Amino acid sequence: MAQAIALEAPLQPIAVSAPAQLRLRRPRFRRRSIIPGFGLTFGFTLAWLCLIVLIPLSAVFVRTAGMGWSDFVATAFSERAIAAYRLSFGAALIAAAVNGVFGLLIAWILTRYEFAGKRLVNAIVDLPFALPTAVAGIALTALYAENGWIGQYLAPLGIKVAYTPLGVVVALIFIGLPFVVRSVEPVLADLGNDVEEAAATLGATRLQTFRRVILPSILPALLTGFALALARGIGEYGSVIFIAGNMPYRSEIAPLLIVTQLEQYDYAGATAIAMVMLIASFLLLLLINVLQAWTRSRSLSS
Amino acid sequence: MNAQATGESAATRLGLILVALLFLGLLLVLPLASIFVEALRRGIAAYGRAVVEPDAISAIKLTLLVAAISVPLNLVFGAAAAWAITKFDFPGKSILITFIDLPFSVSPVVSGLIYVLLFGVQGWFGDYLAERDIQIIFAVPGIVLATIFITFPFVARELIPLMAEQGRDDEEAALSLGASGWQTFWNVTLPNIRWGLLYGVLLCNARAMGEFGAVSVVSGHIRGQTNTMPLHVEILYNEYNFVAAFAVASLLALLAILTLVLKSALEWRYGYHGRGTGH
Repeated sequence: MAQAIALEAPLQPIAVSAPAQLRLRRPRFRRRSIIPGFGLTFGFTLAWLCLIVLIPLSAVFVRTAGMGWSDFVATAFSERAIAAYRLSFGAALIAAAVNGVFGLLIAWILTRYEFAGKRLVNAIVDLPFALPTAVAGIALTALYAENGWIGQYLAPLGIKVAYTPLGVVVALIFIGLPFVVRSVEPVLADLGNDVEEAAATLGATRLQTFRRVILPSILPALLTGFALALARGIGEYGSVIFIAGNMPYRSEIAPLLIVTQLEQYDYAGATAIAMVMLIASFLLLLLINVLQAWTRSRSLSS
Repeated sequence: MNAQATGESAATRLGLILVALLFLGLLLVLPLASIFVEALRRGIAAYGRAVVEPDAISAIKLTLLVAAISVPLNLVFGAAAAWAITKFDFPGKSILITFIDLPFSVSPVVSGLIYVLLFGVQGWFGDYLAERDIQIIFAVPGIVLATIFITFPFVARELIPLMAEQGRDDEEAALSLGASGWQTFWNVTLPNIRWGLLYGVLLCNARAMGEFGAVSVVSGHIRGQTNTMPLHVEILYNEYNFVAAFAVASLLALLAILTLVLKSALEWRYGYHGRGTGH
């Protein structure tokens, strides 16, 4: 019975003659399917998406549009705001780069080597996803304060981490690490051994094989992880504010500036900075989508 | 030359593993351990007092309440979105998926701000709500809304790739054998996606209970009323009450550990691996 229907369905268009089919074809939003529930699930998805995400987000755009261009530029690019963007974007960039290196290393040992406690390592990599950011923030601050477990060894060297921009970088490294590991890991695991064998047969050293064969194949995934970590780092708040020191012009991140202005009931100021942050995250989201498509096309062709 | 053509020497392997473990130890394990050490610094009695203190209890209750509302809503949304997206073909699908992903790339602070712009005193609906004496911002509804926004993509992002992989054959077979739509979903689709669903719910719940930035903007930090656990940690910390701050933080750390244990169990026992990257 099931088979009969399954066979019948694809035959139908062939049975109808070409002109008749043209007459019958009405513009339809979706292709015909025997599975029910399109109206219900699609309608609910769209309604919920609009109510929770799109309409609230549009408030930022509408508010900004109401400000006028010169007001917007004056508030969104004030000296203090620019210093905050520089810290947020700069620290996120450095942290994502550090994570690019160590994330790749961790993905490498997880996919290539066997060692005791590997499962534990695999589980703990996701800790930053599971640990609330505020908890991470106070823990890192306690560690890197001058009398902390790590801070006490850095202080004699003249390195101050807590309450400086360096602290922001440390917090963002913590937050961003799993993005790189989890992006690179599946691609590294799927990479066939044959190309590496071919490279070795042709006389390449291991380092040459890594640089010329492995690295190009995992590059899209590595960049995706880098961009994800970067996007998360730019907007990160909870883990940073405890360790940053929050001095305007020096160690104040952009999300904190939004909060400060909201607390002073300066909605326009907060909205203008939020607008800049939103545009930055939309651009990064676009980049991430392109990178993910690139990763997929790489893994399909290999 | 190398003993193996496509492997590293034993020394290189050992070196790489040690560097990676040192990095993970310093970056992840040490902070986690320090939470418990700091929390127990004044002994177990002080720890207990900090955890059962009335403001802490009310923060725990509020956190559980917020998660109990937002996680099921996002679960239903995730299942509906995945059904619509994977079982049907329609134009604009990839745009829809991108929109669902949006909350992941928005700063938590901005996620809170957008609801202040809508429902705050100077917001679009501010006057309307004030006249009717309805409070959303600086009250529980605002916290719930911000949490739903933050955790919006978790379940959908896990289910969409999973259900796309599984295709439509099973559902089409069930339907052609006379099952209704609901029967097909409950008896055919759900058993196929249950581990993915659980995985998504697990991560969604961890984030819902732990969210700080977005909730901080809309909460107003009223002790005993609009303070969730992460916000309570912040208040205690800023009052230099470090033992209490770390005690409450340790509960959240235990939640994180439990989440990781369950997640690993799903991966080892059932061979399920998360599909949505970028939580």
